[in-house]
Amino acid sequence: MADKKEAAGKKGFSLLGLVGPIQFVMGILLAFIGGALFLWIFRENVAEAYGALFKGAFGSKRYIGEALLSTTPLIFSGLAVALGFRSGLFNMGVEGQLVFGGMVAAYIGYAWDLPRVIHLPLALLGGAVVAGLWGSISGYLKAYHNIHEVITTLLMNYIAFAIADYMIAVGGPMKADNELPVSPDVLESARLVRLWEGTRVSSGILIAIFFAIVVWFFIYKTRIGYKMRAVGFNAAAAEYAGINPKTMTVLAMALSGALGGLAGAVEVLGVHYKFYAAFSPGYGWDGIAVALLGLLNPFGVIAAAFLFGVLRSGSITMQAIAGISKNVVSILIALVIFFSATNKTLEPILKRLLGGIGSGKELELNTEQEGDR
Amino acid sequence: MKPAVEMRNIVKQFPGVLANDHISLTVEKGEIHGLLGENGAGKTTLMSILSGMSVPDEGEILLNGTPIQFGNCEDAIKQGIGMVHQHFMLVPVFTVAENIVLGNEPHKGLQLDIDQARTMVNRLSSHYGLKVDPDSVIRDISVGSQQRVEILKVLSRDAKIIILDEPTAVLTPQEVEEFYIVMRALREAGNTIIFITHKLQEIQEITDRTTVLRDGKVVGTVNTKDADNERLARMMVGRDVVLHVKKEEHQAGKVELRVENLFAKDARGLPAVKDISFEVRAGEVVGIAGVAGNGQNELVEVITGLRKQESGKIYLGDRDISKMTTRERIYAGLAHVPQDRQRRGLVMDFTLVDNFLLGYEDSPPFIEGPMINYREAERFSERSIEMFDVRTPGAHVTARTLSGGNQQKMIVAREFQRNPTVLIAAQPTRGLDIAATEFVHEELIELRAQDKAVLLISMELTEILDLSDRILVIYEGEIVGSMKANEATPEKLGLLMAGG
Ligand SMILES: Nc1ncnc2c1ncn2[C@@H]1O[C@H](COP(=O)(O)OP(=O)(O)O)[C@@H](O)[C@H]1O
Ligand SMILES: [Mg+2]
Repeated sequence: MADKKEAAGKKGFSLLGLVGPIQFVMGILLAFIGGALFLWIFRENVAEAYGALFKGAFGSKRYIGEALLSTTPLIFSGLAVALGFRSGLFNMGVEGQLVFGGMVAAYIGYAWDLPRVIHLPLALLGGAVVAGLWGSISGYLKAYHNIHEVITTLLMNYIAFAIADYMIAVGGPMKADNELPVSPDVLESARLVRLWEGTRVSSGILIAIFFAIVVWFFIYKTRIGYKMRAVGFNAAAAEYAGINPKTMTVLAMALSGALGGLAGAVEVLGVHYKFYAAFSPGYGWDGIAVALLGLLNPFGVIAAAFLFGVLRSGSITMQAIAGISKNVVSILIALVIFFSATNKTLEPILKRLLGGIGSGKELELNTEQEGDR
Repeated sequence: MKPAVEMRNIVKQFPGVLANDHISLTVEKGEIHGLLGENGAGKTTLMSILSGMSVPDEGEILLNGTPIQFGNCEDAIKQGIGMVHQHFMLVPVFTVAENIVLGNEPHKGLQLDIDQARTMVNRLSSHYGLKVDPDSVIRDISVGSQQRVEILKVLSRDAKIIILDEPTAVLTPQEVEEFYIVMRALREAGNTIIFITHKLQEIQEITDRTTVLRDGKVVGTVNTKDADNERLARMMVGRDVVLHVKKEEHQAGKVELRVENLFAKDARGLPAVKDISFEVRAGEVVGIAGVAGNGQNELVEVITGLRKQESGKIYLGDRDISKMTTRERIYAGLAHVPQDRQRRGLVMDFTLVDNFLLGYEDSPPFIEGPMINYREAERFSERSIEMFDVRTPGAHVTARTLSGGNQQKMIVAREFQRNPTVLIAAQPTRGLDIAATEFVHEELIELRAQDKAVLLISMELTEILDLSDRILVIYEGEIVGSMKANEATPEKLGLLMAGG
């Protein structure tokens, strides 16, 4: 133990930064192998299926566009879950927050007539704020009444869905003047611009990437982010240092909820231009898997969201061309989730392997804390 | 007579650490053999080789003169070797009897014969004076009882050579006394015992001979009665060690911490701090002696703002801090080395940099508007690591990867540099080895020399006696005694601590 310092003194290059990306790729790889096995058992043509999947995602500009289209809300919902996890909170309510965000954004988008420079930001902001407040209820219940956030966020989804249904049901306050259970169309001034001709990709993707960078910065570089992480890892130690874990819990749930709300807002303002009950095909739920696969790192979330976007859009073509049900992709997604949740077990192994290369010394992992018990 | 155990030139290499470097060890039949060494010296590694849990890279083992080849626990058990691990390996939801027979269950047909198990446990337990209730569930019994269960488990396999890995680390002082009695009974019954510890008093108290390890090598084997503490400490640490820190005469100044008629409750809502009043002056160390669980925790938590007080007043200098938040108290000049460093003192999954930042994250020079100035934080970490000799491969590893002693050094470094007027040190050397303890003691005395007020809470009488200028004794939430350190004796304090 005595010469550890010297060992660290001579700085070698470190491959530890690659642990995350390698885990990420391994998770995907394992999922695809598992998926192939599954297809093979059911006597499907694996090559054809995967080929169609690939083609469906990258085969044309429009397909790539569709992949990017679902990447956008997934980045937000993944960030929402990741930020929660970093603060020690499991936000299961992203789907409900997303619905709220979409609903409020749509309302501001059609009900208020404002110049574009104000209207669009306001619609996004409105969705974020209301969803954030919605999320902070769970934070409050956790902090001050010790009710577990998994339960409250999960159950509050159903309240959110019911409110959304009511809003656009016959006689509902947001119902459009037609037969359908939808809201009126969002005004031009509140719509996200189309970014890429011939596709439905909007500037929402850029906003999403921008937010990933902001969230990364927030978590790792700001004072509040630091406090949230401290509370997330060890609330007792944070309290000891004079950080108020209750405040941080409420704040973290509010921010997580706001990100969830943005997922819904960009979806409404960038794709549908109106609000209706089923406008999200489960982007909020997928956020959990995206965050895990992205190893709770905002940049990992971007990559994971893109992968999910690709799988989603590829699956549709796969069904059309190869005649293989797109439910296969649901299986793939389930496997990705499974492997990304379990591949944490690979972490020590990878760390040991990569820590040894370059630094000339393997990382000491098993440093038992003697006598501390 | 052939020695019970002979280990020859054992070598065990871990990635980056030579844990056992040609270690030879001879243990005679029927003796209590101490294995003494600082944390990380290689004691556990050597004993897990003997007990078949791990395979050495080189070397041989002879039992009663016969060479054996094993890297297999079952074989070791058959040869009569049993090990009680530092971290217990019991099933928390099983009963005592079930745990003891686990892996070796008496059965009726396919069913566990619980009556037979119970009878066996009772027989062993009365034979060796190891009091346990066979039907209690493990998670409901004290750590001391759990340890007795571990020992019984080993005995139930007819172990003749019993290895005890830092058995006293988890015990209260009374339990340690009982434990000595058990060890003597085991020796009387003809067993050979290898007793691992890093505490000198324990070596003196119970062992016949002692082998000292340092950095994976044997420093020497001595007859315990021929070796005094200074010599053993020197062997262990590799240099002269100040076992009892020397403090200069120092004039105490004005009152820096004053507690008046403080009342507080514990987590269950029962009164834990009952009408406590005392003062600590600048340049003075006040020690609070007491058996664990007599309200010390609650007292510290109330003073630091981590627990609500029922009534009473706390003054820092002239300021009433009793209504302040923890953060405000820190800013007012109160620093705290918490008793539970892994739960309170550190965020184990944070890097050292982030840990050094704890409590500083809102203060210059570590802030840049809403951001943290990580350049400053890194500089501060590097400097602290340097000044307080924290052994770490760098500032960017997590606190979890450091040894207990180095974790404590980090906390001490962070809290001392707050430049507090009052420092509360709760069990600051618990679980630390000799060198780290020496370090912490010297730092506390240094604070005193700088005219800081130090409140020391400790269960170790020697620590209280060595460091304090005045001593208070806490018993069932009350201060039951108060005296100048030079009027205090262990006997006097011990009596008060027991409520006498
Ligand atoms: N499984 C392991 N892997 C890597 N290093 C280890 C392992 N076990 C112990 N070590 C290292 O070997 C050295 C000796 O450890 P140990 O035998 O536990 O010491 P002791 O019991 O004397 O405190 C330490 O530096 C420790 O970090
Ligand atoms: Mg050990």
